[in-house]
Amino acid sequence: MTWRIISALVENKPGVLFRVSNMFRARGFNIESLSVGPTEEQDLSRITITINSDEHTTEQLVKQLRKIIDVVDVIRLPLDNSVYRELALIKLKAEDPTTRLEITNLVNVFRGKVVDISKRSMMVEITGTPDKIDAFKALVEHYGIIQLARTGVCALPRGVVHE
Amino acid sequence: MVEISGAKALVQALEREGVEAIFGMPGGANLPIYDELYSSSIRHILVRHEQSAAHMADGYARIKRKAGVCFATSGPGATNLVTGIATAYMDSSPIIAVTGQVPRAMIGKDAFQECDIVGICASITKYCFQPMHPREVPEVVKKAFYIAESGRPGPVLIDVPKDVQQESAEMVFPEIVKVRGYSPHIEPDVAQVSRAIDLLLNAERPIIMAGGGVHISGAFAELQALAEMLMIPVVTTFKGKGVFPENHPLSLGPIGMHGHAEANKLVTEADLLFAIGSRFSDRSVGRFDEFGRDMKIVHIDIDPAEIGKNKQADVGIVGDVKVSLRIMLKMLASRMIRKGEGEWESNQWLRHVREVREYYRSIIKDHPREVTAMKALKKLRELLPADAIVTTEVGQCQMWTSLHFDVISPGTFFSSTGLGTMGFGFPASIGAKVARPDVPVVDIAGDGSFNMTENSLAVSVLENIPVIVFLLNNYSLGMVAQWQRLFYNRRMIGVDLKGMPDFVKVAEAYGAQGIRAESMDELDKAIRRALSSDVATVIDIPIDPEENVFPFMPPGKGLKDTIVAA
Ligand SMILES: Cc1ncc(C[n+]2csc(CCOP(=O)(O)OP(=O)(O)O)c2C)c(N)n1
Ligand SMILES: [Mg+2]
Repeated sequence: MTWRIISALVENKPGVLFRVSNMFRARGFNIESLSVGPTEEQDLSRITITINSDEHTTEQLVKQLRKIIDVVDVIRLPLDNSVYRELALIKLKAEDPTTRLEITNLVNVFRGKVVDISKRSMMVEITGTPDKIDAFKALVEHYGIIQLARTGVCALPRGVVHE
Repeated sequence: MVEISGAKALVQALEREGVEAIFGMPGGANLPIYDELYSSSIRHILVRHEQSAAHMADGYARIKRKAGVCFATSGPGATNLVTGIATAYMDSSPIIAVTGQVPRAMIGKDAFQECDIVGICASITKYCFQPMHPREVPEVVKKAFYIAESGRPGPVLIDVPKDVQQESAEMVFPEIVKVRGYSPHIEPDVAQVSRAIDLLLNAERPIIMAGGGVHISGAFAELQALAEMLMIPVVTTFKGKGVFPENHPLSLGPIGMHGHAEANKLVTEADLLFAIGSRFSDRSVGRFDEFGRDMKIVHIDIDPAEIGKNKQADVGIVGDVKVSLRIMLKMLASRMIRKGEGEWESNQWLRHVREVREYYRSIIKDHPREVTAMKALKKLRELLPADAIVTTEVGQCQMWTSLHFDVISPGTFFSSTGLGTMGFGFPASIGAKVARPDVPVVDIAGDGSFNMTENSLAVSVLENIPVIVFLLNNYSLGMVAQWQRLFYNRRMIGVDLKGMPDFVKVAEAYGAQGIRAESMDELDKAIRRALSSDVATVIDIPIDPEENVFPFMPPGKGLKDTIVAA
């Protein structure tokens, strides 16, 4: 079992995401993360999926994805030849100045940002590979995570064109 | 350019596709379409339940090898289609289901007879369209047929909001359409075909497993040529039953849960399995972990996702079965390879195949009674012309057909093999008869299944589509009863049908012919009368409720665990 990224170009129209996610459910594929957004072409969206599975299951998932009529293209993105990023917003308990300072220092080490401060909490933004976000999360967990949101991975192959 | 309504465009587009018949039922949300049918040349066949409309379209499609069309209104009309659509999906049959939908502004408001049929059908269709503007209609219809019929065929839904049917627009009817994410025509990789040939030629104990893909692509002649050229015995899946003449010396018949004993045995002894247009379903191969462990596998399928889904192949060929087999035959011809009848003596594997087959055929035991399922089916085969079309309901009746009714003319048999839908056979036989009015069409039925869709007798009689219902009547849900007898210690519950109703009277009530056959002599006469009748005939054949189907591969077991007889 390893971590893999699959990138699918799909028609940008209603119901497509439903068909894709419904296929995962119906065929029992377990998805780690899924992100959708527009692409360089107006009528296409890109769905980026990460899964933790073996080669055989990944290949089956790619084939089943290709079968969906609104899926225009599917590629696998090798981890060592792709750029992949995720963004996380984490709201932490931070009531006293020492805690705030500590958190701010950690955020700086991770090249993140403090994006909101209230009396009792701070919200920080971290971007990077899922590993990096996991690492940051582990470091700040003990302050108390009030809320956390992650975007899921967004990825592109390195170089000019893929495949 | 003149403007026409969405409904008119829909009917015109169907006419352009060459649609001859539509099976359907009207309602509030598809009335504008029906109003256009009024002045169309397309024949409308009014059903008594939308499930049957979908099965009729399916039966039509399987015989015509072109999409069948069914209509239903929104809400309950559409949901009634669902079983029929799922049945077609599981058996890769091209049907186009056109449903009415509430007007656009009402969608999502829980309007009267609103139902999210597009959502419901997502996992049982190849694609769903919901045109939101009348001008989309012609292209949607064209694409629907293209998607349904090409590649691995399957059902397509077109859900048309009522106001899209009513509103007018300037229409362009495209001659060809392209669907960006869909490229069904994959040329088989010649190098793979060549590797497959090497494996075939080097195998000591090769066997062909022919599936439904042979039927769908109409590759009967190619399959037979290949089997004869290389003298390879042929088993089929149940869906593939009859793609190879079952009276051919190389034919071993269907494998699987109720496969022929010799087929189940020999397929596990082979050292090379050539799977042609088959999806390695659990019903056919039993346990995925056990099946094919010690053999090489060559697999042709048009659907790339089937290669390696249930079973890893040593050589996978993605492509149309007919095209792929033709390439293979050409390559074999150029290598001057042609084996002959002499192989039956000189080839050890074929000698073994013949022995095993003779042995299992000699030990087939029939149930002790004058009329049994086996004798009735053999009689039917004897009297039915080879080109007659046969379908079945689901249950013991279906499995007895698999075992005891030989399909001689390829492509004349089909059944609900994937979903196993009771009530499929009768309406599907009506659809098949619409596709081929010139040949007799028979539904080999069980009483429980026939009871589910018997109201299609009204359609058969009033629309003058005479078919034959060959009812193996055991007054019970026999297949379930068999499981209760064998696996639940005879704790019989929910299986007794107590001879209700009297099917002869049911037939007569609908204006059809009903005949009870209680002896072989009566059965002989009944079949002859049915074949010369111009109304539908129900032949009610009482058999023993205790008669079991054997051989039987118990659920969850492998082919080698097949129980040959009680
Ligand atoms: C729609 C549907 N409901 C339930 C079943 C489960 N089932 C499979 S076979 C069978 C009994 C069929 O009875 P009958 O048509 O009389 O055939 P027999 O087995 O008696 O020959 C049942 C209930 C099914 N396959 N389809
Ligand atoms: Mg019965």
